Amino acid sequence: MAFYSTNEFRNGLKVLLEGEPCSIVENEFVKQGKGQAFNRVRLKNLKTGRTWDRTFKSGESLEGADIMDVTMEYLYTDGTFWTFMKTDDTYEQLNAGAEAIKDAKNWLKEQDIFDVILYNGEILSVVPQNFVELEITETDPGLKGDTAQGGSKPATLTTGAVVRVPLFIEIGEKIRIDTRTGDYVSRAK
Amino acid sequence: MPDLWKPTADQATLRQRHQLMQQLRHFFDSAGLMEVETPMLSAHATPDLHLASVTSSDGYLHTSPEYPMKRLLAAGSGGIYQVCKVFRSQESGRSHNPEFTLLEWYQPDWTDRQLAEQVIALFRHLGYDRPAVFKSYREAFSDLMGVDPLSANTDRLQALAAELTNRDCSSFDRNTCLDVAMSLGVEPALDKHCITVITDFPAAQAALAIKEQQPDGFWTARRFEVYSGGLELANGYSELTDATEQQQRFEAENVARADLGLPEMPIDIHLLAAMKQGLPACAGVAVGVDRLMMLCLGKSHINDVLSFPFDRA
Repeated sequence: MAFYSTNEFRNGLKVLLEGEPCSIVENEFVKQGKGQAFNRVRLKNLKTGRTWDRTFKSGESLEGADIMDVTMEYLYTDGTFWTFMKTDDTYEQLNAGAEAIKDAKNWLKEQDIFDVILYNGEILSVVPQNFVELEITETDPGLKGDTAQGGSKPATLTTGAVVRVPLFIEIGEKIRIDTRTGDYVSRAK
Repeated sequence: MPDLWKPTADQATLRQRHQLMQQLRHFFDSAGLMEVETPMLSAHATPDLHLASVTSSDGYLHTSPEYPMKRLLAAGSGGIYQVCKVFRSQESGRSHNPEFTLLEWYQPDWTDRQLAEQVIALFRHLGYDRPAVFKSYREAFSDLMGVDPLSANTDRLQALAAELTNRDCSSFDRNTCLDVAMSLGVEPALDKHCITVITDFPAAQAALAIKEQQPDGFWTARRFEVYSGGLELANGYSELTDATEQQQRFEAENVARADLGLPEMPIDIHLLAAMKQGLPACAGVAVGVDRLMMLCLGKSHINDVLSFPFDRA
């Protein structure tokens, strides 16, 4: 990969820091008129999601990271790996490990589309769409007609995830969920 | 996509900037200084290790008007000031634009201390009236970093730099460590509501200032910097007048450049000739005008006071 000098640093640039793929999220140029220039950089580790603050002397460089953002369709799991297929015309299938799918695990439904970050051609992480629709496999019996009153109950989804739903929701219904919060949004149409 | 044809400063700010520039010129005209114009494009350039000149097929764009202004002083101009655009390659950020406006003035027979007082008077004239604090570099650095910048060994300074940057700094030389601490430790900790004048820089950072020996043997420079509102605003000297020492300093910078693989710069022979003929004892200072506008107008980004920053130029 190419090397990027501090004057090429910009938000969103993917680089290697201590061998880990990172994305630059902040880059501040600091310089006294008669002195060495520095770049104070905040990087997000794309593997762990943690942020790192590092200072570089201007002119220093970092190696670029081979990162690609793609969309992929989830196919199936054998319990150890989760298999996804590219949505471009290659239909290439790739396996993801448990670490890569940990943020998407609760929302993995076959044939759903996910945002996938590829690092050196392999799946680094899988990000669910903001909203997903999933079916309820288990919950306490619904209270008919009780749509106005508040209150909620746990419900288990086809993925095994448990979310809080209103009392009137029943087994077999499809609901819409905000994956960023894990909250019930509405009945699916 | 924002409309890139539009100015980044709003119309009210541009009008206020115009008024402040009128007041600024009035300040110097009233003080009896002559406004001058000197070349921006020159066959010579600063060898300063940390300044990258913009180059063209016809020569170098200046990073400050210092050399030709000193030639005017040597020719008997008396007190002079200049407001001009200067160019510093690769400098871009919240308080940097590669092309910016510099105010520079010189007072024959003054000291750096007297000139620092005049910088504060200028700020007050423009409506920026804050308490002023004078501190030596050594005092400010020791108070805020807990390390004496003059006596500490390089290992200690590298450890301090590593603390401030979250990285290994064992390859940093002494000056780089000091710059880390000033930029990332000392400057951000200065009281933003005061005008802080840092005086007596370490001799290794004298630039074009006179050096002098402190009673305990350490060498410092008659150089000051002015800070306020989280911005570095001014850099001034009791000016070096010795042509031989000036030439040695230029050559040393070029050697340091060569060591780092940077291009050596053609030294300004006209300045050296003028100094041989006789540069009067004087003090000079340069003020970043765009930053001064930010300060006076309460703006947090340099683009807020520029019509067109470099990415729209």
